[in-house]
Amino acid sequence: MTHHEERQDRQRGLAFVVKSQLLTAEDVSRAMKRMAHEVIERNQGLDNVTVVGIQRGGVAIAEQLATLLGGIGQVAVPVAALDVTYYRDDIGEHPLKGASMTTLRDDLTNRTVVLVDDVLFTGRTIRAAFAALADWGRPTAVQLAVLVDRGHRELPIRPDFVGKNLPTALSESVRATLDGVWLGSGVAR
Amino acid sequence: MNLVIRGGTIVGPDTVFRADIRIESGVIVAVGEALSTANATIIDASGCWVGPAFVDIHTHLREPGREAAETIASGALAAAMGGFSAVVAMPNTEPALDNVPLVSYVLAQGAKTAIDVAVAGAITLGRKGESLAPLAELAALGVRLFTDDGTGVQNPLVMRRALEYAAPLGLRLAQHCEDEQLANGGVMNEGVLSAQLGLAGRSAVAEELMVQRDIALVRLTGGRVHFLHLSTATSLAMVTAARLEGLDVTCEVAPHHFVLSEEACRTFDPQFKVHPPLRPEADRAALHAALSTGAIDAVATDHAPHTPELKDLAFDEAPAGMLGLEHVAALTNEALGANPVAFFNLLSRGPARIAQLRASDARVGLSAHGGVIMVGEDANVVVFDPSQTWVGDRNALHSKATNTPYHGRPLVGRVRSTIVKGRLVVHEGVLQ
Amino acid sequence: MSIRGANLLTLDGMSREAILDVLDTAESFFEVNQRTIKKVPVLKGRVVASLFFEESTRTRLSFETAAKRLGADVVSLAVASSSVKKGESLRDTISTIDALGLDAVVLRHRSSGAALQVSRYVPHVRVVNAGDGQHQHPTQGLLDAFTVRQILAERHGVVASVSGSSLFEGLRVLIVGDIRHSRVARSDIAAYSALGAEVKVAAPGTLLPPSLEGWPVTVSSDFEEALAWADVVGLLRLQHERGTGSYVPSLSEFTSTFGLTATRVPLLKPDAIVMHPGPMNRGVEIDSDVADLPQSVITRQVANGVPVRMAVLYLSLAEKKEL
Repeated sequence: MTHHEERQDRQRGLAFVVKSQLLTAEDVSRAMKRMAHEVIERNQGLDNVTVVGIQRGGVAIAEQLATLLGGIGQVAVPVAALDVTYYRDDIGEHPLKGASMTTLRDDLTNRTVVLVDDVLFTGRTIRAAFAALADWGRPTAVQLAVLVDRGHRELPIRPDFVGKNLPTALSESVRATLDGVWLGSGVAR
Repeated sequence: MNLVIRGGTIVGPDTVFRADIRIESGVIVAVGEALSTANATIIDASGCWVGPAFVDIHTHLREPGREAAETIASGALAAAMGGFSAVVAMPNTEPALDNVPLVSYVLAQGAKTAIDVAVAGAITLGRKGESLAPLAELAALGVRLFTDDGTGVQNPLVMRRALEYAAPLGLRLAQHCEDEQLANGGVMNEGVLSAQLGLAGRSAVAEELMVQRDIALVRLTGGRVHFLHLSTATSLAMVTAARLEGLDVTCEVAPHHFVLSEEACRTFDPQFKVHPPLRPEADRAALHAALSTGAIDAVATDHAPHTPELKDLAFDEAPAGMLGLEHVAALTNEALGANPVAFFNLLSRGPARIAQLRASDARVGLSAHGGVIMVGEDANVVVFDPSQTWVGDRNALHSKATNTPYHGRPLVGRVRSTIVKGRLVVHEGVLQ
Repeated sequence: MSIRGANLLTLDGMSREAILDVLDTAESFFEVNQRTIKKVPVLKGRVVASLFFEESTRTRLSFETAAKRLGADVVSLAVASSSVKKGESLRDTISTIDALGLDAVVLRHRSSGAALQVSRYVPHVRVVNAGDGQHQHPTQGLLDAFTVRQILAERHGVVASVSGSSLFEGLRVLIVGDIRHSRVARSDIAAYSALGAEVKVAAPGTLLPPSLEGWPVTVSSDFEEALAWADVVGLLRLQHERGTGSYVPSLSEFTSTFGLTATRVPLLKPDAIVMHPGPMNRGVEIDSDVADLPQSVITRQVANGVPVRMAVLYLSLAEKKEL
């Protein structure tokens, strides 16, 4: 987050305010391990898997997932960050977010992409990610892993791997990191 | 038409007093208290100054040649709205006013208007600065001022010959002082701001060099020069010194030079492009301060109409010049504060003297302007309300052009009535 | 003030924060330009008109490439070669183009202030100044600063986008040549000084502006000393085709006194960065061989034009205008 955006959030009274903690770091760690096993089971191995984390919240989770996968499968699982800012469908609706770096370099054709994000909400970020991924070739399959699914989908998108399903109110927001998951209000950047 | 101007403050060359005025058959027939209003249109002048109508010695009427910007008729309407009973039409028309038929044409067109239109003739043929125009022939038509305005006479030898030729004819040469070579096509004042804006500058020295040169030529020839639109403190100081020396020099300033500074160019709005250019604040302030000291003989508009097509060009491509007739009285009033004597000296008596339009001058075909309010005088009178506030509006002008830099500017003081040769041309601020 | 949702007309007076906002955003577009598919749909459906009243193939292509890589539709009018001639009202031209339904105008004009004027005629359209007369060339200033920061970040092993302005602290920048007539000089000086660099200029007296009062620069009294002093040397094009050659006795005298000649190269710091906005007058302000030295980053400047202009168009156009 740039200074510019932080200040904008503060000015608009949108800073994230915690209401309650939903998962501890330990809970998250367990959920991550379970997801890693599910990924291996689904793909019958890791040979063609590339993990792609969506900037910004999905990147750390993707890196952890790749580490777990590598540990279990005893192979190096490629992982990269993908910024989808420039593919969103709500450009101009909100103050601009500065883009983070995309580190994805390799052609994804014939790979299985495990797309990772912290929180699945309306599905619009995932739609933007699909649009972005198309610029890196034609994967065999794209699977979606999220730490938290909080519901309220606006697009027909369903995750393949979920750390935790958390029913929330629309007005609430969720911060999901490897250190834990919190419910609150404001912008959970 | 009989007129009675009632309840105003009459402004003389030195003093002011309360009186009514009665006008019959183009002449002031009575000045006094509680005059009879029988058979007369009454002009309520309470709270107003009443004095000789204004005279503009620097008006570009654009006819012939650029009638899309202004005509003699439209310019005369604008002048009347501005409180003027006479204007001097500048000769930089297309073609230039350098011969008898053209000057006669402008005088004839002027005679059809409600005001008096005098003509300034070109000093040189085609304003090319090379050979003299027929000054004596034009003088016979009543031309008293000569100028190549738009530019100055660049060649010092030509200017010397012109002064030598004009002096015995009793004529005055009006000079636009800018050395074109040194000005080098600049489009605004040269200095800190022009450097920052990347606009080519016109150095103040380009003006001051020619002022200095012409003072020297007046000293040499015994001629008379009127310095048009002085824009720098240094120029004014040189002219003041020359006057103290006894040389026959006069000078004017244009309202934009004491109202606006070069800062206005920061907007790159070509409405603020003018030659000489708007100067730094220190020069503006110096000219402003000098208005009430007597160092300046006249405020003259340099009313320079241009069509919107031309003024919508980029700053460096747009023509120089701005309108002035309809706003100059308010701007001068604002600048002077409550100083009615200086106000009428600068806008009427001073310019009428320079243009030789007073009752005591040997005039041809025109009425007397810039006089005093007394019985027997030609009734060229203006009623000016010094406290009325209004806002400059380019869409409310009577000029054909709209290139005023004062659009949206709050103004203080407005012409209520203009009476020319006894005719009520503007009444209650409305053209009749 | 930020350029987000706003016009980009000048760098004069632009804050450090606003400049960094562009440079940081440009880093993400620099990455986009490294991809196989160098295009993102962020300005899909927007119409960007590139109006070049003065020919500049390089700048026009750079802007148009930037707009296309953002997914915008580009309406291109090389006015210099069209029927629009000197003297046509700027307002008329813009109104005609505006009828096409524009979101942005990229304007190059031979007259100082033209971009500001156009922004008044079409207040609903974002105007990006691609060079106006001798006034400003803001994207050139931004891409020069971007290039310098990128090179320094590489040398120091830091990430440019998180380095802020730190790499400019104490940086010595020398700008050489026709400062007087150069919009690039005006934009470069504004950008470098806002970012914290120390700027010196070197030029013959006639090619300095009539006043440098208020400029955040010092004037070099000894060009060769200044060359040894500088971390960055920015050369300017001597526009002798516009008659500026007459400001100096001869081109060869200019070269012998203020040219970056092969004999002067040893004076440079070994890691000095040599820049030129192009097109170069090889043999006038720069020796042919010098332009191809490793210190010279001229082709890198050209390449960086695209991501920087993408950042400018994105920030200016994608953010809703706060009216």
